[in-house]
Amino acid sequence: MRDELDMEAIIKRGLYMQVKEYLPGLCFFKPLVFLLCLLPFAFYVSGALNQQLGPNPVETMIRGFGDWGIYFLLIGLSISPARKIFNLNWLIQYRRMIGLFAFFYVCIHFTSYIWFEQFFDVQEIIKDIIKRPFITIGFVCFLMLLPLAITSTNAMMRRLKKNWMRLHKLVYPISILALLHYFMMTRADYLVPGLLLLILSVLLGYRLIRTIKSHQAKNKAHT
Amino acid sequence: MSIIIKTDRTHNFEQGIKSSEITSESAYLNRREFIKQSGLLAGAAWAGGLSLPATAGDSEYGNDFKGLIKTPYGKGESLTSFKDATTYNNFYEFGTGKKDPAANAQQFVTDPWSITVEGEANKTGTFHLEDILKHAQIEERIYRFRCVEAWSMTVPWVGFSLADMLKRFDPTSKAKYVEFETLYDPKQMPGQKRRVLDWPYRDGLRMDEAMNPLCFMAVGLYGRDLPNQNGAPIRLVVPWKYGFKNIKSIVKIKFTEHEPVCTWNVTGPKEYGFYSNVNPNVDHPRWSQATERKLGTNFWEPKTKTQLFNGYAEQVAHLYKGMDLTKYF
Repeated sequence: MRDELDMEAIIKRGLYMQVKEYLPGLCFFKPLVFLLCLLPFAFYVSGALNQQLGPNPVETMIRGFGDWGIYFLLIGLSISPARKIFNLNWLIQYRRMIGLFAFFYVCIHFTSYIWFEQFFDVQEIIKDIIKRPFITIGFVCFLMLLPLAITSTNAMMRRLKKNWMRLHKLVYPISILALLHYFMMTRADYLVPGLLLLILSVLLGYRLIRTIKSHQAKNKAHT
Repeated sequence: MSIIIKTDRTHNFEQGIKSSEITSESAYLNRREFIKQSGLLAGAAWAGGLSLPATAGDSEYGNDFKGLIKTPYGKGESLTSFKDATTYNNFYEFGTGKKDPAANAQQFVTDPWSITVEGEANKTGTFHLEDILKHAQIEERIYRFRCVEAWSMTVPWVGFSLADMLKRFDPTSKAKYVEFETLYDPKQMPGQKRRVLDWPYRDGLRMDEAMNPLCFMAVGLYGRDLPNQNGAPIRLVVPWKYGFKNIKSIVKIKFTEHEPVCTWNVTGPKEYGFYSNVNPNVDHPRWSQATERKLGTNFWEPKTKTQLFNGYAEQVAHLYKGMDLTKYF
């Protein structure tokens, strides 16, 4: 009886380990995640082509891409904590992809603003960026994301060595500014940006606590 | 129903007799029937007069107002589709998303409905909507509607002149402003469960603005009863001001000596002034007001240039003579 239970437990655990450790290692898994990340893009593009984005399709699309830019930033920021907390090492393989998707959605957010909102009127765009603080901040986010995207290759990682880590810590201020951008464009209902801010606070708070703890541990080791 | 205000202050509109003394509530005409009849009468009076066909969207027209008088207002304008005008709304009482009002307002009870009139007027009290409509000449006007968020639409409203109604309340010489208030009823208006705005929604006009013939009290659109998401049963339409001045589901009208409190003005005093006239030359911190996007236009279609006073300058510019419109925005 007892043995049976143990067997069951072992099988269960084996299954669990398979899901946890080996499934993500299968060759189709990464392309699948890649396609999943493209779904929002596909949704808005097909919606635009089939005129299903409502009475103000330009607004729907620009907002949608901006939302997903922020979602991917937050997903990207939750990879390291999830990896440590749940002991899922393979998650790290997805961090670059998610980060680049954040950049992708921010890029098409900005592009659709330039294209459909301003119709490539450079003067108007510059005026808008200077004049409207929430657009200024959004633009700064975009600029700050550029070096991160450019240095995302393995070659760049090797070249920059220690500085690569330092540089990529930029993602913290970028995420804060991205949410500020969202808050500033909100007229009255802060529920959604508030929830996103809560998530960001948890993700950054986790890192802060870990840093403090590791400092304390170091200090103890010295004394 | 909680809306009906069963107090002794329920007066008959003109005679000042308590309406409860003349008709029992159940004996009131169904409002829809009532409007149809009055429309018919008015239509007969106008027989042989103006009858302009709408320029577009005829198939989307309803027939809730028989013999509806068509006026020259907005002749030749191309209309926003009924669907767009009734599924893309800012009505935070039913949620802050554009689709929320259409989704959440369907169970909203607008009949019976009464409006309380207060302040600097001789005929104050609580009036049943039917009693107000009884005196109204119901007609259709096509107006451009410009939201501060830089989108716009063109809607064939059904309703009557605000000035005609206000005059019947006989405002005194102290009445310098008129304030309107939306219903506060979180049970029916789920958006009011959170304090997104300082409920109840309030807005107002200077008396001379309110008496301008353009000001309109709408009870319908596209020949249909006003959909709940558009501010049923009765809302204000002031076509030369930004959309948020067009207060919906009105339950109170107050004549005051001092500038009334306006909800958006309180929420963002730097962004939403008391006047809030459509003005492409007065910039807004969030949205450029130089252009607007008409609802229903697609990606490749250009935006439209916004006109001073939303194109109604000829009728209203005199109201603001000598005023610095960048200061009194």
